[in-house]
This record gives sequence, structure tokens and C-alpha cells, in this order.
Amino acid sequence: MTDLLQYDFFVHALWASLFTSITCGIIGTYIVSNRIVFLSGGITHSSFGGIGLGYFLGINPLIGAAGFSVLSGLGIEYFSRTGKVRHDSMIGIWWSFGMALGIIFIYLTPGYAPNLMTYLFGSILTVSTSDLLYMGILTLVILLFFIFFFRIILFISFDEEYARVFSMPVIGMKNILIALVALTIVVNIKVVGIILLISLLTIPQSIANQFTSVFRKMMVLSVVISLIGVISGLLVSYQIEIPSGASIIFALIVLFGLTRGSLFLRNRLPLNSRTEKNRTNTA
Amino acid sequence: MELQSVDAGYSGRAVIKDASLEIWSDDFIGVIGPNGGGKTTLLKVILGVLKPLKGRLMYHDLFDPGQGKRIGYLPQFSMVDRKFPISALEVVLSGLMPRHGLFRKYTRKDKEKARQMMRKMGIAHLENKGIGELSGGQMQRVFLGRAIITSPKLLILDEPNTFVDNRFEGELYELLRQLNNEMAIILVTHDLGTITPYVKTIACVNQEVHYHKSNVITEKQLSAYNCPIQLITHGEVPHTVLKKHQK
Repeated sequence: MTDLLQYDFFVHALWASLFTSITCGIIGTYIVSNRIVFLSGGITHSSFGGIGLGYFLGINPLIGAAGFSVLSGLGIEYFSRTGKVRHDSMIGIWWSFGMALGIIFIYLTPGYAPNLMTYLFGSILTVSTSDLLYMGILTLVILLFFIFFFRIILFISFDEEYARVFSMPVIGMKNILIALVALTIVVNIKVVGIILLISLLTIPQSIANQFTSVFRKMMVLSVVISLIGVISGLLVSYQIEIPSGASIIFALIVLFGLTRGSLFLRNRLPLNSRTEKNRTNTA
Repeated sequence: MELQSVDAGYSGRAVIKDASLEIWSDDFIGVIGPNGGGKTTLLKVILGVLKPLKGRLMYHDLFDPGQGKRIGYLPQFSMVDRKFPISALEVVLSGLMPRHGLFRKYTRKDKEKARQMMRKMGIAHLENKGIGELSGGQMQRVFLGRAIITSPKLLILDEPNTFVDNRFEGELYELLRQLNNEMAIILVTHDLGTITPYVKTIACVNQEVHYHKSNVITEKQLSAYNCPIQLITHGEVPHTVLKKHQK
């Protein structure tokens, strides 16, 4: 491991792991708690339209993706709030619309589209300094936002109607959070890719949720679990030369299986009849 | 507070029509009516989440320029996601949020107040439990704690007796009777029989709102109000009158 640290690309990858874990750990907890996993999947995939547009216009595809995914997130929320289309149908429409646009733009772009696979399946080892800069800024923004507004985020997420009764800025807050979800998705596309990204927003949180049913602890635990998953996935991919994105997801799934299995066994062991109580205490 | 000939409903269609109601500071109103008759719609208007299509809503003393609406609210059980990761103490504390605004942190004093609230309701030992680990009755107590932590002047409860055991129901009504010394209470229920000893007046909601200024109501009066609900009379032996009124 120490000799790996001589390589810039590996140091970059480690920084990326840290930023990914913080952003996805926190935002993923919001996503899982609010049951907006499908919405997040829709935003992720529709960002492909922005990537295609980026190629077509010759600008950084991630800039295109950022604009596109924020707009699609806010668009889905707006249209399903005001229109007559169901929320989940709206997500399905944007999901495929973005993908279709991306394909058309890439087709129309003359020549070969380099790095296309990177955006689809991720490649944490090719993360550049500018990618890290975007990730770092977003990490800071998310941390500050959640520190300052934690109570109101929790309040609105838990019981929106109640918050509305007391004229709290429900829609404004939700829009900001959707925008943060979209931006988190975009800066992490390089790490595991569009196709696999939803895992970083759901698996660590589901693991954490087995140990705690308190939002704050779930966020912190998710960050730690992602960090373990991402770094071990990275090392495994380096060792046996498999794609890093898939290897990271695999590491997370293994973690999920291990924790799930051990909790299951612990609850079944006849010796420990007070496991239920212990479980809540460790939480 | 009062409602003056209010029409309210969704997408332009009125569910309740021409409703007028005055609520005084020591009222304890039982709101009854058939499903789909507009009980929840009426609550939403009173809570200020649903703008009336017609008529006026006035909060009078209930609105405090410094603190906003001084209302406490216990939502219907099914409205809440039981798997949401939040602790009992956090729920009770969140009742302070509307008064504190977006930025103020909860102080030690706030937390002490929330704990005191939970002790009063006999759920002090549950403060760190996630909401999903509580029983129906415990959860309702947590929500009641959230509703009254700001000492509101009006407490609104939407079917607090669903999914709770009988013992809790009795305790709940006893608690409400005490709270009624400090605040007005509106209680929506489908179960008129058990609440009649506690409520002071009854409002029947079935498109129209009929206000009945007594806690004793006969089947005849109910039919006059066009309010077909099941009625339990309290005689020597309590029994249910199942006959329904024809529309």
C-alpha cells in the first residue's frame, strides 16, 4: 500500500474515496429515509443527457450533467406537484428522456466519444485534480448545510404536513435538497459511474440502518461504511485487476451480506435471549 | 378562533359547504361524521394548510405575532412513516421548531422540557428509541408530546384512538381532560361512544357542519344533522344502535 501512495493517481483516488463517502453517506441517508431512491435513480440516469450535451458542445461533460440533473430533479418535483402525472411515472419519463437525449447527442458528435465508458461505469483511478476540486467544494457545502439546517431537514422529512401547518419553508428546503442530491450524483459519476451510482446512495445506509434508527447516527455510520467499502473495493480492483466501479459495489454488497448475516445469527443464537435489547442499546 | 361560512375542498370541488364554527378557549369539541364526510378537510382548514374556497378563517387570539399560530396537532396515525430514523426525544423536541425558527439550536433547557413532557406521559425511558420500535400507544404519546410542548391554545387530534389499546385510550382521555384546563381541544373520531363523557360539545361533519352544544346526542338529532354514524348509548347496559339514517 505504501508504494502505491507514490502514485498521484492513487492519492487522488483516496481523496475521491473520502469525498464520495461523505457526500454519498449524508445525501444517501436523506434519500433512504425519505424513500426517494427511485427519484435519485431517475436523476442519475437523466444526467446522461447532460453528458451527451457536453460532448456535443465540446465542454466538460460533467458541467452538462450538473445542469441537466439539477433541472430534471426540480422538474420531476415541480411537474408531479402541479400536474396530473404520478410522481413515479414522472421519474420514469425523465429517466429515459435523459438517456435518450444523451445517446442522440453522442451519436451526433463527430468522431469517437472518449471516456464514455468512464461515465457509465466509473473509474476512480482517473479522477483528475479538477474533479477533486468539485468534489471537495460540494463536500464542504453539504457538510455546512446539514450542520446548520439539520433540525429543519429532519423536521420536514419526518412529517411534511406538520411542517406545513407551521408555515415552514417545506418546498424551498426540499428543492435545495433535491439540488444537492443531483449535484452529489454528478460529482460521483466518475467514481462508480451512472449505472452503479445508486448503490453508494443506498447500500451503506441500509447497512447503517440495521444498527441505528436515528438519522444523525445513520449519516455518520454510512460515511464510515462507504469509506470502508470504497477503499477496500479500490484495493481489490488494483490487486486482481478488475474494474474499480464494479469492485466497489461488490465490496459494499459483501459488507451488507456480512452485517445482515451476523445480525441474523446473533438474533437466532439461543444463548443470547436478550439480543433484541442489546441491538437497540448498541444503536 | 372562528370559521365564517367556509367552503373547502380540492381542485375546486367543495367537500364541506358553508361551514361556520366558533372555538372558544375552554372548548372540548368532538368532531364526528362518516368517512369522506369532510372531517379531515375541516381540520386542514382549521390548521391553515388548506385555503378555503369561500368564506373566512380567523385565528383571533390563537395567532401570536411573536410565535405564530398557537396550535398543537396530532396527525392521523397512518400519515407518519414508522420506519423513519428518528428518536422519540427528537420528535418531541421538533415540536419546538415552529417557535424557534430555522436556525436556533435546541438548548439544554429545551431538552429538559422535552424530557419533562415525556415523563408526564410515562414514556421517559423511551427517549432514545427509534420511532419504529414503539408500540402504537407509545407513539401516540410521543406525538402528543410534540403537539403540546409549546403549550398551545388549541390542540387538534385526528383520530388519536386508532391502533392503540384500551388502557391507553382511557389514559389519553383523562390526560386530555386535564389539558383542557389550559387549552381548547378538537378531537376527530369515528368512535363517539367512548368520548361522550369527555367532550363538552359535538360537531357533526357531513358536507355541512352542524354544531351541537352538548355532549349528549340522540339518534334523532344525528339524523336531523344528516350524520349517519354508529351511535353507542350509555344506559344501564351500553349498547350500540346500528340503524343508519337514510340520506
